[in-house]
Amino acid sequence: MVFPLLIPELIVLAGAVTCAIVGVSSKRSVRDALPGVAIVTLVITGLWISIFAGVEGMRAPGSTLQTLGPWVGVVTCALGVVLVLLNAGTADREYESAVAAGKVTFDPLRTTRGEFYVFLLLSLGGLLLVTAASDLIWLFLALELTSLPTYVMVAMSRTQGRAQEAAMKYFFLGAMSAALFLYGFALLYGATGTVELASMQAVFTQQAAAGGIGVMGIAGMLLAVLGIGFKLAAAPMHLYAADVYEGAASPVTAFLGFVPKAAGALALMLLLSTIGWFDNGALPPVLSVLLWVMAALTMTLGNIGALLQTSAKRMLAWSSIAHSGYILMGILAGPHVGGFGAVLVYLLAYGLSNTAAFAALAALRRGGAEVESLKDLPGLREQHGLTAWTMAIASGSLLGFPPLIGFWGKLLLFIAAVASGHIVLVVIAALNSAISAGYYLKLVAIPIMGEPTARSREVERAISPWPRLVGIALAVSLLLMPLVLPVLMQQVQRIFAN
Amino acid sequence: MLALVLIALPLLGALIVAVSPVRNARGTALLATLAAFGATVAAAIGFEGWGNGRFGLALEAPWLEGVGVSLALGADSVAMLLVLLTALLMPLSVLGSWTAITARRREFFGWLLVLQAAMTAVFLARDIVVFYVAFEFTLIPMYFLIAIYGSTNRARASIKFFIYTFTGSLVALAGIVYVAWAFAQEHGHWSFSIEQLTTFAASGLSMHEATMVLLALMAGFAVKVPLFPVHTWLPLAHTEAPTAGSVILAGVLLKLGTYGIYRFVLPMLPVVVVEWAPFIAVLSVVGIIYAGLICWVQRDVKKLVAYSSVSHLGFCVLGLFALNPLGLQGSVLYMINHGLSTGALFFLIGMMYERYHTRDMTAVGGLARRMPVWSCFMVFFVLASVGLPGLNGFVSEFLCLLAAFAAGDAGAYPGVLGPWFAAFAAVGMVIAAMYLLRMVGSMVFGALREPGDHHEHDQLSADLTPREITVLIPLAVLCVLLGVAPWLATDAIEGSITNTLAAYPESVATVHEFMAGGR
Repeated sequence: MVFPLLIPELIVLAGAVTCAIVGVSSKRSVRDALPGVAIVTLVITGLWISIFAGVEGMRAPGSTLQTLGPWVGVVTCALGVVLVLLNAGTADREYESAVAAGKVTFDPLRTTRGEFYVFLLLSLGGLLLVTAASDLIWLFLALELTSLPTYVMVAMSRTQGRAQEAAMKYFFLGAMSAALFLYGFALLYGATGTVELASMQAVFTQQAAAGGIGVMGIAGMLLAVLGIGFKLAAAPMHLYAADVYEGAASPVTAFLGFVPKAAGALALMLLLSTIGWFDNGALPPVLSVLLWVMAALTMTLGNIGALLQTSAKRMLAWSSIAHSGYILMGILAGPHVGGFGAVLVYLLAYGLSNTAAFAALAALRRGGAEVESLKDLPGLREQHGLTAWTMAIASGSLLGFPPLIGFWGKLLLFIAAVASGHIVLVVIAALNSAISAGYYLKLVAIPIMGEPTARSREVERAISPWPRLVGIALAVSLLLMPLVLPVLMQQVQRIFAN
Repeated sequence: MLALVLIALPLLGALIVAVSPVRNARGTALLATLAAFGATVAAAIGFEGWGNGRFGLALEAPWLEGVGVSLALGADSVAMLLVLLTALLMPLSVLGSWTAITARRREFFGWLLVLQAAMTAVFLARDIVVFYVAFEFTLIPMYFLIAIYGSTNRARASIKFFIYTFTGSLVALAGIVYVAWAFAQEHGHWSFSIEQLTTFAASGLSMHEATMVLLALMAGFAVKVPLFPVHTWLPLAHTEAPTAGSVILAGVLLKLGTYGIYRFVLPMLPVVVVEWAPFIAVLSVVGIIYAGLICWVQRDVKKLVAYSSVSHLGFCVLGLFALNPLGLQGSVLYMINHGLSTGALFFLIGMMYERYHTRDMTAVGGLARRMPVWSCFMVFFVLASVGLPGLNGFVSEFLCLLAAFAAGDAGAYPGVLGPWFAAFAAVGMVIAAMYLLRMVGSMVFGALREPGDHHEHDQLSADLTPREITVLIPLAVLCVLLGVAPWLATDAIEGSITNTLAAYPESVATVHEFMAGGR
C-alpha cells in the first residue's frame, strides 16, 4: 500500500473547511472557538508529521530534497500555532464588537472572521506542500497556495484603507512575480523535457557532464530565482515589502514575515538542487553570481532602509528584507557544506525572533490604534515591562547577539558561507550586522532606557492578551533555544546526509 | 568544575539580586562578589599552571559536534592572573557604588554581576566560540550600565561604544571562522578549540590567508584595546559611565583586547605578525603621544584619565609586538598594573564627583585642605600611574620600553622593533608625567576651589569614609607589592609566554630567514 503522503495537507484542508463553517455560526460563543479549531488542526497535523517522520513513505518521491518534509512540517505547525494565537482577535474585531454591543445584528454574509482562519490555514498548508512538491507544477501550486491567502489576509486584517492599498500592491506585484517564475518554469520544461524535479536533475547532470548546461535551462532558472525572490522579499523584488508589511495589522505582518519567506527559501533550495551541486560540485557560475549579488544587495538595502525609518514597524519590515539576504547567503553556500542546514536553523531562529518583535508591537495600542512609531515607545519599561523586554530580546536575537538563538543561526550561516569560499560575502554580511546594530539598538534603548513622554504614557495594552503572552513565551524561547541547538543540528544534518 | 563555579557564582548572585528586595541588592552583590573572589583565590592557590605553560581548571564537554564547538574551559597563568584581577576589582566596584547608585539599584548590581561572569568566561574560554560569545556578551551589561546610569551624554556614549566594538568583533568572527574552515579542510573535521586552531594556523595558512586573518582579528581586538585611530569611543564611554563602569572598563574590559592579541594574534600568525609588527607598533606609539597630548589640554579630570588609558594601553600593545619574552612579560604586567592604578584613579574621581557633582578642574581644586586622605591616595596613585620607581607602573612600562628598544638587536632579546620605537614611546612617558602632575597640582594643591552651589555633601562626610578607604587600600597595597616584587607576577607567567612565542625564532638573525621561509 502506498503511504498517503498528503495526509498532513488534507488535515489542514479539513481544518480550513471546518473554520469556514464555524465562522458563519450565529452564536458568538461558537465563533469564538475559531482560533481553537485552527490550533487543534495544526497540533494534529504536527503530531501526525512527527509520528510518521521516519516512515519511508513520508519521502516526497521525485523531489530533489526528499527528507525535508518532517522538519519543515513540524516547524510550520509549531510556528503556525504561535501565529494563530497572535492573530486571535485580529480579524473582524470591529464588526464583532458592534454585534456584541447590539448595534447590528449578525449577518453571515458580512462576517470575515471565519474566512481569515481559513486563509491562514490554507497558507500554512501551502508551505507544507512546498516540501512535498515533486514537480514544477506542484511547486507552482504550492507557492501560490502559500501566497494567495496572504493577499486576502492583509486586506482583512484592518478596516483602514491602508490595508486595502497594501493588499492591492501585494496582489499585483505578486501576480507579476508568479508570471515571472512560471515563465521560468516553462523554459525549464523546454530545456529538459520534464517537469519532475528529480528527472530534471538527471537531465541537467547529463548536460553538465556533456559540456555544460544549455542557455535555456540557465535562463529558466534565472527567471525562476528572480520570481521566487519576490516571496523572500529579496532585492530587486523587495520594494513592496515595506509598504505591505506596514499596511497590514502587526499580527498579520508577523505571518508575512515568516510563511511566504520560508516557502520561497525552500522552493529555491529545491529548484537550485536540480541544476547544481552535483557530486559536491558548485552552482553554474551565472546562477552563483546572481545569488551572490542578490544576497549582498538584499542585506545592504534592507539594513540601510531600516536605518532610515522612524516607524518601528517599518523598521522591522525593512530589517526582514535584510534577513532574506542572509538566508540567500546560506542557499548560495549549498547543501554540501551545511548551507541548507544553516538556512533551516536560521529560518526557525528568524521566524521566532521576528514574530516576537511583531508580537511586542501588537501587544500595545494607543488611542485605539496600533502602536507603530518609535515615538510611542520611550520608557515603555515603566508600564509594560515585559513587553519592553520582549522587544529588547527579540531585537537582540535579530541582531544576532550571543547567546540568543539568532546568533547561532547567523554563526552557522557564516560558517557555511566561508566553507563554500564566499569570504567577501561573509565580510559584507558581518558589516551589515554591524549596520543593523544601529537600528536594533534603538528598539532596545528606547523602550528600556528612554524617559516616558506624554505620548508614550498614553500607550496601553491591546485588547487581546494573546500578543503579549505569545511575545513573552517567544522571548523566553529565544533565550533557551541555544540549549537544544545540538539536537536541532543533528536533525538538520540528518536531512541533508543523504 | 571549578572554572564553571567561577562563572556561575556571579550569575547566581545576579539571579538572587534580581528576585530579592531592593534594599538587599547591594549586600547580596557584595556577598556574591566576595564569594567569587574567595573561590578565585582558592582556585589560584591550587592552580597548577604557575610558572609553567600548563592549563589548569580544565573542563571540556561536547556541544555542537557537527561544527566542532565544545564547552571547553581552563586557564593558563596569564588568564588566571586576569581572572584574579577581575575578581578583585568586582567587590571593590560594588563597594565603590554603595551610595552613588540611588535609582534602579537591583538592575545595576545585577548587571554588574552578569558582567563579572562574562569577563571571567572570556579569560577561561578554551574554545573560540565560547570566547567569542563571552567577549560579545560583555557588551550587553556594559551597554546598560552606561546607558542607564551614565551622565548627561550617556545615550550617545553607550551606542557608540556598542557599535564600535560590535563591528570590530564581527569582522574578527569572520576571521576566526575562516581559520576553523581551513582547519576543517586540512583535517576533515571541524574544531574551534583554541589549542588546535593555534597550532594549525601557525603553520597551515599561506601568507595571504594569514594576512587577511591578522587584519580581521586585529579589527576586533584593536577596537577593544583601543588602538589609535579606533579609540574614539573610549573617552566618551569612560566619561559618561558611572564610576564602577569606568573602573571595570579600564580595569578589565580593555584587557580583553590585549589578551585577545596575546592569546590569538601572536601565537596563530607568527610570520605575518613579524611583518606587521612595526606597523602596529607605530600606531601604538602614535596613540601614546597623541592621547597624551590630548590629556594635557583636558579640563575634565575623568576625560583626562580616560585618554591616559589610551596612552597607557599603547605601551601594552608596544610590548606585545616587540615579540620577545621581555616585552610580553612587561605587557602582561602592564595589564594588571593599569587595572590597579587606573581603576583606583577612577574610584578617586568618582568619590570626588559624588561630593561636588563636577569633574571640571577649573571648578574644583586644592582639595588637600578639604580632603587630606583623598589627596594622599590621589598623589599615590598618580605616581603609580606615572611610573615612579618602586611602584608598579614603573616596572611594566620600563619592561615594555626595554623590549621595544632591545628588539632589532641580536642579543638576548630578539625582536622586530628598534630604538626609535622606544625613543618615541619614552616621549609619551614624559608627557604622562606632565599631564598627570598638572592634574595633581590643580586638584590637590593650591588654593581651595569648590563650586559655589555644592550642597554640603549630602550624606557623605567631607573626606573619605571608612568604606571608601577600604576600597582603595587593597589597590594601594598591590601597587606597592608589584612595584617592589614584580617577579611574583613575571615568574608565574613565564611558561605561558614561552608557549605564546613558541612559533617565533630564537634570535632576530633568523627572523629574516624565517620570513623568507614563510613565503
